[in-house]
Amino acid sequence: MTDSEQKFTDGEVALLHRLVDMIIPASDEYMLPSANEELIFADILRSAGAYQTTISSSLKALEQICREKFDHDFIELEANDRTVAVDSFRHDYQAGSDLIATVAAQCYYRDDRIMAALDMETRPPFPEGYSVDDGNWSLLDPVRNLSPIYRKVT
Amino acid sequence: MSDEPVDVLIIGAGASGGAIAWSLADTRMRIVCLEQGDWMNPAEYPSTGRNWEARMQSDYAISPNIRQNSSDYPINDDNSPIKVANFNGVGGGTILYAGHFPRFHPSDFRVKSLDGVGDDWPIDYEALAPFYAENDRMMGVAGLAGDPANPPNNDVGMKPLPLGKSGEKLAAGFNKLGWHWWPADTAIATEQYDGRDKCINLGACLSGCAQGAKASTDITYWPHAIRAGVELRTRCRVQEITIGDDGMATGAIYFDGDGEEQELKAHVVVMACNGVGTPRILLNSTSQQFPNGLANNSGLVGKNLMFHPYAYIEGVFDEALDGYRGPNKSIRSQQFYETDPKRDFVRGYTFEIIRGSSPVRTASAGMTRGRIPWGADHHKAFRELFNRTTGMVAICEDLPEEHNQVSLDPELKDTDGIPAPKIDYTISQNSQKMLDHSIERASEVLRAAGALEVHATAPLSFGGWHLMGTARMGADPERSVVNEWGRSHDVKNLFIVDGSIFVTSAGVNPTRTIQALALYVADQMKQRLANLFD
Repeated sequence: MTDSEQKFTDGEVALLHRLVDMIIPASDEYMLPSANEELIFADILRSAGAYQTTISSSLKALEQICREKFDHDFIELEANDRTVAVDSFRHDYQAGSDLIATVAAQCYYRDDRIMAALDMETRPPFPEGYSVDDGNWSLLDPVRNLSPIYRKVT
Repeated sequence: MSDEPVDVLIIGAGASGGAIAWSLADTRMRIVCLEQGDWMNPAEYPSTGRNWEARMQSDYAISPNIRQNSSDYPINDDNSPIKVANFNGVGGGTILYAGHFPRFHPSDFRVKSLDGVGDDWPIDYEALAPFYAENDRMMGVAGLAGDPANPPNNDVGMKPLPLGKSGEKLAAGFNKLGWHWWPADTAIATEQYDGRDKCINLGACLSGCAQGAKASTDITYWPHAIRAGVELRTRCRVQEITIGDDGMATGAIYFDGDGEEQELKAHVVVMACNGVGTPRILLNSTSQQFPNGLANNSGLVGKNLMFHPYAYIEGVFDEALDGYRGPNKSIRSQQFYETDPKRDFVRGYTFEIIRGSSPVRTASAGMTRGRIPWGADHHKAFRELFNRTTGMVAICEDLPEEHNQVSLDPELKDTDGIPAPKIDYTISQNSQKMLDHSIERASEVLRAAGALEVHATAPLSFGGWHLMGTARMGADPERSVVNEWGRSHDVKNLFIVDGSIFVTSAGVNPTRTIQALALYVADQMKQRLANLFD
């Protein structure tokens, strides 16, 4: 366990583990893992450490919603009740829920398996770069024939 | 270290500081530049790692309040719907800019005369034209001559960026409507230029160009300026400009990298900290002669802050486009740039095409606006958007209004104890109508290009990239801070060369004009060296 992971309590880690699975679950159709798959979730925990204060307070807010609505902790809830709690959380704590979703996406979409499934090369942009079509420059022909459209100033 | 005054002290090593340092170097004067940030190391730019998108939201975020690097200062922009974006380091904002590099139009300098709003500039397009050209040679500009929306310009030296699938798609949409478009002028090398390599389509321009193709001044002006003898001191944060009994600037007090207070004396002081940093230092430089801040007898230091309110309009297509590949820019449209009396607003805007979106941005933006759900449908919705979006931003001209301002926050301070800037800003009715118009017109283009759905956001709350007007130039000392060649009306050895001297904002990115102005001011100074303070 790294220093970043240690920033969260066991309860917060368990809650986050369940929550990111609700954000990006596994897909049989696309043969993709969930965001709480071991390697991806480890990355999420490391990355979330940079936003520990906001994320911890957001998770606390989610727990509070669960207790108020259902008198149970989030991870004890049935799936339907969990969905209700999460909808309420996203509505009432948009900044915090967006942050958690963004961190989950940042880690999910840089995982080798996900990038490969999206036909992306599993590497950073530099140094190889990418190729982009030069394009069809004859599209510019009608514009070349326009009269000047800027205002003349005397 | 000698206590002898240097000839010229430049504060800020960004777009304008680099340009004026290079230009003044041929005078053989002793020139020192103080920069609060560090030199950049392109090998550490985000695009060199797999976590590049995450770093664009953390240590390379455009907001100093998010970034919170040691070289940054906090900004209280709570009272503004548009938040300040900047970068502190050698190269300044050019480190993170997109490199979109349009010129002003001739009409932009005559806003009052032509449209009865704002003020006219004390100089015109023709006065700046040779300095636009000089700057283009130093920065290296890719583009295409013959644009009917701009005066003839044969100074762009490199072929334009590729259209790509996205550019083609949108160009076809503009053509269908009979509207103007043209390859964007960009400060991005499309071939080897002045020791820089050509663009390889990293797609991460907004977090520093690891390839060195994008013209940031740390790799354009500064190497030349330093070779010519200019001294650049990094991690030096200026607290205030000092003033003598004769009312002339005597230098600056700054904090070095160890947090130690230092003083540097100078015969001439040049401010190059842009539209928030410059008024911050001037307002913090109080004295008996200038109790309301240095060079502020007009009361206009910090006033008339102009951003460019931005709208973002994106279309979703049913085929693969460029996605995360390639520079953010490709083409632009100035169909709605000039005032049209048939519209319910004056002035206009530029459409700047945003080529595509990266995977994390696609996912996070899609989830934030509800287009990509949480849960089982996430993957299907993501695939409907990934690599299939393109669109544009509308850069709307912002008119000067005195209530939009930079002041000093009474409580918030940076790590050296210097008061932080506070922003008070509202979007005018004219700007709002322009934003609305731009969304309607952009939606038309996207539909004409075949978009299946269109999404729009305005204003872009994070998009305070352009910081202008807070020390405006003019001939009248009661209505302006600096004269028509950049010298303070009140302090005759104090010059300002950044975006704060803009009188109006035009409807284009300002960097090319900021740098042309800096070269113009340098030229004026050189012509007057014998009687610079008369």
